[in-house]
Amino acid sequence: MNFPTTRQVRWLIKPVWFLACLAPFVWLTLAVFGLAGLSLGADPIEETQDFIGIWALRLLLVTLALTPLRLLTGQVWLIQLRRMTGLYVLFYVSIHFLNYLIPDQGLDLGAITEDIVERSFITLGIAALTCLIVLGITSTHGWRRRLGRRWQKLHRLVYAIGILACTHFWWQVKLDTLEPTIYAGILAVLLGVRVYFRLIKNRKAQQS
Amino acid sequence: MLIKKPRNIKSSDITPESVYLNRRKLLQAAGLSGTAALLPQVTRAADIPARYRKLEGIIKSPYSTSQEPNPFEDVSTYNNFYEFGTNKSDPVDNSGNFKPQPWSVTIDGAAEVTGTFSFEDIMAPHTLEERTYRLRCVEAWSMVVPWVGIPLGDLLKRFKPTSNAKYVAFETIVRPSEMPGQHRPILDWPYREGLRIDEAMHPLTILATGLYGVELPNQNGAPLRLVVPWKYGFKSIKSIVRISFTETMPYTSWSDALPGEYGFYANVNPEVDHPRWSQARERPIGAGFFASKIPTLMLNGYAEQVAGLYTGMDLAKNF
Ligand code: HEM
Repeated sequence: MNFPTTRQVRWLIKPVWFLACLAPFVWLTLAVFGLAGLSLGADPIEETQDFIGIWALRLLLVTLALTPLRLLTGQVWLIQLRRMTGLYVLFYVSIHFLNYLIPDQGLDLGAITEDIVERSFITLGIAALTCLIVLGITSTHGWRRRLGRRWQKLHRLVYAIGILACTHFWWQVKLDTLEPTIYAGILAVLLGVRVYFRLIKNRKAQQS
Repeated sequence: MLIKKPRNIKSSDITPESVYLNRRKLLQAAGLSGTAALLPQVTRAADIPARYRKLEGIIKSPYSTSQEPNPFEDVSTYNNFYEFGTNKSDPVDNSGNFKPQPWSVTIDGAAEVTGTFSFEDIMAPHTLEERTYRLRCVEAWSMVVPWVGIPLGDLLKRFKPTSNAKYVAFETIVRPSEMPGQHRPILDWPYREGLRIDEAMHPLTILATGLYGVELPNQNGAPLRLVVPWKYGFKSIKSIVRISFTETMPYTSWSDALPGEYGFYANVNPEVDHPRWSQARERPIGAGFFASKIPTLMLNGYAEQVAGLYTGMDLAKNF
């Protein structure tokens, strides 16, 4: 199998990936201003919340898929997309959160506190966002060097974020859990592939 | 029981069309017409697609609110009607094949007159009224809709309910070939709802056959739906094919699916939260991106007229 060169990854694949991940943001911006025939419909605040939330979740699953894909295909360069994708997740969840704080709740601190304390799906969302911020801050080369082996451990938090995000989605639907079930299923497969490779690795280590 | 009329009903309160038009022009002049999501809009007759048949002989009703209705566009594209799918845009997208004509309704149970009647026979003796009502969804958003319909009580009386008729049960049509949402058992189809007989007889309760002066769009529950303005929207069952007078509290779909979250009464009540979200405030649809939520009113602002139905009842228990 062919591998792209470092130059191809840096000058072609990464810029294309950057633009692809930006597409939902472009769509949202156009729709907010009613440009290009796009619209957010009758309830723009909820549509923004859902649209950006679902894209955050999709990109989170893409981030989580890169390692299993590498393990399955041997395409090592895939790992070079991981940080950018993860930061996009943080970007989208931040919009999701700001949309909740300002247009949705009108910065009503009483209502927001009540939500965080009483509504478990919001509590989970905040927990996921907090973890994402920690990973975002420590995603730089500097932090990576500083934390050494602990960096790897810290960044395993991304699995927890995946579980928190899927549960967050699950708990806020009214009745029809088909969509959250599909996303949770994908997450389970992605985590399963890692567990599988981990088991193989352990067995090999025992045999040798 | 004394029925009080709402105070806010002067027809002079209703914004004349020319004011809407001027406002639009002003906004256009200010170069703001492109910011679609940021500004509220208003409906004029010309905004209603010609394919909807106009209803004749509609009289105004003192029960209407003078609040400005949501545009036809909002009312007809932002719907919860799980028979056509669970997203808000599914009903308008997936209801094109639904055939609301011909239609008949079966009336049965504790009444002297029962049987199956055509839509035309059901409606014939009644005069259509325009009832502009607030609509509060259990999901904490709201609209104002200019319904056209008849008082349900007037209709029910024609069938001479007996003294055993303590409740009225309603059923939506089951037609998976035209209602794609019914292919999946999200709710236990048919959708069913019910009212206590005094709620059903209350003059605010109507059977709607239209909105904005035209027949009901399919996505809004054509050809015949209930509207109970002081209850959460899911009580206002759509596309009705059966009305039964019963002695015991009837089965209702949402309280069967999630009994801890939805009750039989489902009265709008800012003091009783849904287990997963607050009911204290609501988002008025169409108010734009930066409009804040507004406080939800007890019984959706109809307390003066209907609170008497619930004297002595614990509304937190009977949610
Ligand atoms: C990793 C972080 C998060 C992810 C991946 C995420 C994802 C999602 C998804 C997929 C939905 C459902 C969209 C739909 O119904 O189609 C959703 C809904 C929602 N999220 Fe998040 N979310 C996250 C964090 C947060 C945070 C921090 C908050 C605010 C405190 C929040 C508030 C909400 C709200 C209020 C809704 C419901 C909107 C509605 O009623 O339709 N989320 N989120």
